[in-house]
Amino acid sequence: MSVLDVRDLQTHFFTDAGVVKAVDKVSFSLGEGEVLGLVGESGSGKSVTGFSILRLVDAPGRVVGGQINFRGEDLAHLSDRGMRALRGNRIAMIFQDPMMTLNPVLRIETQMVEAVRAHDRVSHAAARDRAVQALAKVGIPSPEERLAAYPHQFSGGMRQRVAIAIALLNGPDLIVADEPTTALDVTIQSQILAEVQELARETGTALIWITHDLAVVAGLADKISVMYAGRIVESGPTDAVLAGPAHPYTQGLLGSIPGHGRRGERLTQIPGMAPNMARLPVGCAFAPRCTRATDACGAEAPSITDIGPGRALRCYHPTLPAEGVA
Amino acid sequence: MLVFLLRRLTQSVFVLIAMMVVVFFGVFMIGNPVDILISPDAPPAEIEATMARFGFDQPVHIQFLKFVGNALQGDLGRSFVHGESAVSLILSYMPATLELAMLGLIFSVAIGVPLGVYAGYKADRWQGRAIMTGSIFGFSLPNFWVGMLLILIFAVELQWLPSTGRGEAVEVLGLRLSIFTADGFQHMILPALTLALYKASLVTRLARAGTQEALMQDYVKFARAKGLSETRILMVHVLKNIMIPIITVLGLELGSMIAFAVVTETVFAWPGMGKLLIDSILTLDRPVIVAYLMMTVVIFIVINLIVDVVYTLLDPRVRVKGSAA
Repeated sequence: MSVLDVRDLQTHFFTDAGVVKAVDKVSFSLGEGEVLGLVGESGSGKSVTGFSILRLVDAPGRVVGGQINFRGEDLAHLSDRGMRALRGNRIAMIFQDPMMTLNPVLRIETQMVEAVRAHDRVSHAAARDRAVQALAKVGIPSPEERLAAYPHQFSGGMRQRVAIAIALLNGPDLIVADEPTTALDVTIQSQILAEVQELARETGTALIWITHDLAVVAGLADKISVMYAGRIVESGPTDAVLAGPAHPYTQGLLGSIPGHGRRGERLTQIPGMAPNMARLPVGCAFAPRCTRATDACGAEAPSITDIGPGRALRCYHPTLPAEGVA
Repeated sequence: MLVFLLRRLTQSVFVLIAMMVVVFFGVFMIGNPVDILISPDAPPAEIEATMARFGFDQPVHIQFLKFVGNALQGDLGRSFVHGESAVSLILSYMPATLELAMLGLIFSVAIGVPLGVYAGYKADRWQGRAIMTGSIFGFSLPNFWVGMLLILIFAVELQWLPSTGRGEAVEVLGLRLSIFTADGFQHMILPALTLALYKASLVTRLARAGTQEALMQDYVKFARAKGLSETRILMVHVLKNIMIPIITVLGLELGSMIAFAVVTETVFAWPGMGKLLIDSILTLDRPVIVAYLMMTVVIFIVINLIVDVVYTLLDPRVRVKGSAA
């Protein structure tokens, strides 16, 4: 049974400049222990998708349509109280910037114990024990003493570990990780990636890993959804998508990753800029930047089509597997 | 931290000296106290004898040097009117003012912080706007008018609370205080509220601005993602972060509440330092006025030091820098 099944999720921002469809009919599902990589440029709506699942989208944004089925319950229509009982308990979230996510004036102990006691009627001592275990699990040395510290006494990587420990405290079924390694050093990045992967596998926690970096999800995710301008343009099993990207945008993303064995070659780039979300074109949002675009692309946005086992695509002119990047 | 304290204290000495000069010559120019001390119709010999007794016959700079010399020995002169040492006279009036200012401070925090946090939380709703509009009244209504209105409503019309005096006072740790008796406390409520109204509006606005800013921070979103209740987020996560600017302003305001509660004390006939100052100005009781203003400076210096120490308690980041220096 799937842990999370998102159907036609729509999150709109009602701004003075007009309605911004930050998330427009996004669907995906996630089984137990499965890792989904949600990939896209800045402003593609990937983070808003993550926040929508926890119903933490800030005004003027609002989930206006679709279903977010979590273990058979539709989160889009759950009461605020019910939602709060799930947050940090069954669904946890890790944020992008570890410098900003911990409260600077509260001890780590306070911030961890409160997260336990918000959901479990346990004593302070019991909650503290759980905090120590969680810190040890994410590789914080001498966790017992570190509990008394304040966030500024930790390095960025250590703070992100603390945030991950907080996410793990109540043994959630699903963790939404919003670019948790983007703000970290490359060496710390790979350490944390490896640890999170191991922890998720160990505990059977499903993971949504939001990132702009295809290289990050390549080794981590079971499947990938590529977002562009609020829509998922291509999705499928990680290996299949990376080996044979069908959407020109996915192909562009892959082409812009510097890799081994490509020394001396020019990196390809996607021409143009990400579109203004308040004034999206009528047809395919990627068409203005697409080398394969035709009149049809500008007239009407392509709908989702299946192109193989578990793979879906929104494109009139997909690259055929045969001519995909080798 | 020690270097910081020493530097602060050195600065304070200069402020004190400047204050001494300004106040002494300022008061000297206002008029001759002899005219008030004895009737102008008195025989010239008597007037001259009085002037000699108080040293008024000396040139002004000699008078000043004498005053400074005495001040260095801790003697700021004797009150012309009461015959007592000016300092001990002020000190005897001080407990009444201190307790009034303290209660005023408590009221302003107790009213201002919850209103401000709520207004910040509901910034775009009518509740938030109503609180902000209300705080404008707190700013703009003059103190004496508020005092009289409170007397009119609660003392005259409803007859719930007494309007003048200190009521029953008891000796606590050598100070005569009213706040610990039921009767005394009742006497304090109206003047303390009058004092608190302006500060409460100030605190409301500060707390609102702070709350609005804090609510946009990632740590609040993260706290929500942990499943914490909104109450806990506001009362712990937000409140602790917004207290620093509030404490700063309240520290300064506490000084002015102690030193310049003149109007409120007059309206409520509260026998505190402010009332003493007004009476002393009316009788040109120079030593008391000078001593009062000097003590005011000392009070401000002490409060500012306390505020700096409280910072380190509130913000762990300041604490680390302080102990490292």
